[in-house]
Amino acid sequence: MSTDVSTPERTTGKPAKTPRSERARAEARLGWWLAGPAFVVMLAVTLYPILQAFFDSLFSYRLTAPDDKAFVGLRNYGVILTDSVFWQALWVTTVIMIVSVVIELVLGFALALVMHRAIKSLRGLLRTAILVPYGIITVVSAFAWFYAFDINSGFVNHWFAWLPGISEDTNWFAHQGTSLFVIIASEVWKTTPFISLLLLAGLAQVPTELEEAAEVDGATWWQRLRRVLIPNMKAAIMVAVLFRALDAFRIFDNVFIMTNGSNGTTVLSLLAYRTSIGRLEIGLGSAISVLLFLCVILICFVAIKLFRVDLAGARGER
Amino acid sequence: MRTMSTKLKVWWAVITVLVLVYALFPVLSILATSFKLPSELDLGRFFPKTWTTTNYEQILTGSAKDLFLPALRNSIGISLIATFVAVVLATLAAYAIARLDFPGKRLVLTTALGVSIFPVISIVTPLFNLWRNIGLYDTWLGLIIPYLSLTLPISIWTLAAFFRQIPWELEQAAQVDGATSWQAFRKAIVPLAAPGVFTTALIAFFIAWNDFVYGISLTSTSAARPVPAALAFFTGASQFEEPTGAISAAAVVVTIPVVILVLLFQRQIVSGLTQGAVKG
Repeated sequence: MSTDVSTPERTTGKPAKTPRSERARAEARLGWWLAGPAFVVMLAVTLYPILQAFFDSLFSYRLTAPDDKAFVGLRNYGVILTDSVFWQALWVTTVIMIVSVVIELVLGFALALVMHRAIKSLRGLLRTAILVPYGIITVVSAFAWFYAFDINSGFVNHWFAWLPGISEDTNWFAHQGTSLFVIIASEVWKTTPFISLLLLAGLAQVPTELEEAAEVDGATWWQRLRRVLIPNMKAAIMVAVLFRALDAFRIFDNVFIMTNGSNGTTVLSLLAYRTSIGRLEIGLGSAISVLLFLCVILICFVAIKLFRVDLAGARGER
Repeated sequence: MRTMSTKLKVWWAVITVLVLVYALFPVLSILATSFKLPSELDLGRFFPKTWTTTNYEQILTGSAKDLFLPALRNSIGISLIATFVAVVLATLAAYAIARLDFPGKRLVLTTALGVSIFPVISIVTPLFNLWRNIGLYDTWLGLIIPYLSLTLPISIWTLAAFFRQIPWELEQAAQVDGATSWQAFRKAIVPLAAPGVFTTALIAFFIAWNDFVYGISLTSTSAARPVPAALAFFTGASQFEEPTGAISAAAVVVTIPVVILVLLFQRQIVSGLTQGAVKG
């Protein structure tokens, strides 16, 4: 967009190309001198490890017996993809991702509307309150929810014993469904503020005249929401959903703290961690890491191609 | 401004209370737990029957002190350094992105985006192996480097968004008015850029402070283990008597700085998060 602004055109007798390209080149050089270090560091901390992981995944390689390292091609992937443990983890991860993102979207939208509409004197208070879960360490959130539901130290069972299915002896962390319920609750609590702030930014971009016009025309609150607000902030919603979905797909902290994967709550990140850091099976662990990475790419690809999420556009650069 | 009807006022009061309960209840819950006597943990009450500071004594001066205090030091040091390095690198990069025209500008931003969605666990396995071989395992540097994968991308995005809004013509205007280029930069640009840099640092710090995966995978002793990872080790101590109180107290201690920062800078944090996010 701004190309022609910074390249002065010369109409003198001199060949117009020389000063222009020299200046442009100097600017490009300066640009890379400034942005280069950050760029190199980013590649060094991600591109290098994933390539190394891919390389390691082709070997049968355990740190407990490093001398037995042997090239096995794609056999590690075969082992993982035929193991039900992997598919179970993928399924659990996907369930957590979908359920938490759906709840967060609804809740986050409500919070964004509240912050958007609130009068000045309340706005500061509401924002401060909402930022508290955002700032809190995920592990702390996990412990807070865990202790609240825990059969020994929790109060939830006492408070909600009148509900069918809950009694003093309800052990939330002994079953898959109830464990996932608490895990998702903690995840939703901690990350909804983030999604609501993204949505708030989207709301702020909807021209107020549109809504006012709809109001004058007698549209109900629900109609304004569905016909005016949501269509006008579709891009912001899509970006928020994609970002949170990718984030939720990496879930680790909450599961590690609350169940450590017991009762069918193992997620992909935890499986990778256990395999490589816990059991020191670098080859297999690397293969899981690569598969997890491919899943993230796949989610991105589907979102961008199928749902036409314009990440870069909506995030600033056009 | 229109005066609000009573009905509307009641509505807003109800909504505000609901939001406050949502946001603060789990925090209150762990705060309450941190003041409970270990023997009274299983009463099923929300508030302690007897309020006690035993748990805080345990982590600050008592038996858990050697687990908690070094972790606190590690968390603060490593997060601050990782934030500082990220913000310095990101400031340079964002300045170039906002002000200069160079090929590959989009590539830098796209890379930042790609890095920010990268699954952390995929980085951990190769680093775990490499760090053990080159002696970075269980060191501060061994955590600071991977932390950059968390702090750098968001810093670049947030700062680029901030810098784009700075009226850079002011610099030239000041020079026309007789200021040297350094003076022009210092007096006209720095005051405008500083809030953005500060906000970015806050957000980056929150992210570094929150890390658990790197912390638990790339450390093994109190030499570099940060608080979130250390908290997980509190639990493993005994199978029968879980140190619930000590963990809660430690959790409260590491939550206090976050709450203070949020109270002081909510406006900046919100603008930083939303600007980096959706700005056409």
